[in-house]
Amino acid sequence: MLSRMEPAPPIRFELRRGAVTALPLAVAVGLFGVSFGVLSASSGGMGALPAIVMSASTFAGSAQFAAASIVAGGGGAPAAIAAALLLNTRYLPIGVSVARFLPGGRLRRFAGAQLVVDESWAIASRGEGRFDPHRLVGAGVVLWLAWVGGTIAGVLGGEALGDPAALGLDAAFPALFLALVAPQLGSRPAIVAALLGAAIALALVPFTPPGVPIIAAASAALIGLVRR
Amino acid sequence: MSEAWAIVLAVGLGTMTIKAAGPVLLGDRPLPSSVQRVVALLAPALLAALVATAAFATTQQLTLDARAAGLAVAAVAIALRAPVLLVVVLAAATAALIRLAGS
Repeated sequence: MLSRMEPAPPIRFELRRGAVTALPLAVAVGLFGVSFGVLSASSGGMGALPAIVMSASTFAGSAQFAAASIVAGGGGAPAAIAAALLLNTRYLPIGVSVARFLPGGRLRRFAGAQLVVDESWAIASRGEGRFDPHRLVGAGVVLWLAWVGGTIAGVLGGEALGDPAALGLDAAFPALFLALVAPQLGSRPAIVAALLGAAIALALVPFTPPGVPIIAAASAALIGLVRR
Repeated sequence: MSEAWAIVLAVGLGTMTIKAAGPVLLGDRPLPSSVQRVVALLAPALLAALVATAAFATTQQLTLDARAAGLAVAAVAIALRAPVLLVVVLAAATAALIRLAGS
């Protein structure tokens, strides 16, 4: 075998390094995939097959949970779509940050960009704004397999679980969102935006259809325009 | 059913476009700094709104139920630097136990 005679080429080394680094995270991501599958397959959810297709194509946990939570709360499709996409707008600057490190033509760059999630982006970071594209691909593929595989397992096992409220699954949503937002509250503008967003949403709940309060809360981000 | 597929299609295509926009169109030109600041604050604002509504709203009513206790336990666990998965499990278990005791 050639590969045994030669030293591992750097590309394959970085691919494997990305994949191995992602493995512990993949366990957690897989379990979140299970819970997304369970919630989607339970009554009032969006259904088994849509959940699996969504995990495979969207591949963004917090946006998928946001859409699922709005659907489960009785909100309509437009609100669920808007909230999920607004939440994913953070991939615009994240995508820009890796853009010049992705090799190949437009099609290959498009494919590589799909493997960018918060975790694979963090793993691919080499500091000082530089990124390793092969580490990104290795980590991204492992996390994608865990997310989609977990969703399938949750969909298959979820029907056997029974009433999600009795298991406290509805209380898992706010806890998950709190755990996701906590590490982002490192600056004063972020804390103000979060408090303002929560206040706007709660103030609107009695007066608007479910889902609308979340979208309106996005306007809290406009405080980023305030000069300090 | 068709509503679910509409969500899957729109969120899927939209997310793919957002993720690919920078690498395919922009190359290495940066976004204007004012846009960057607003985009950076979108996630905290939206996630906090999701925390609030997922914990304290039922369709169009503000409510205080077992989910609030779950959220309080989650906040303590996060402050103690528990891993995300443990945070979520603790919150769900808290709500489930309260409902079990109340029924």
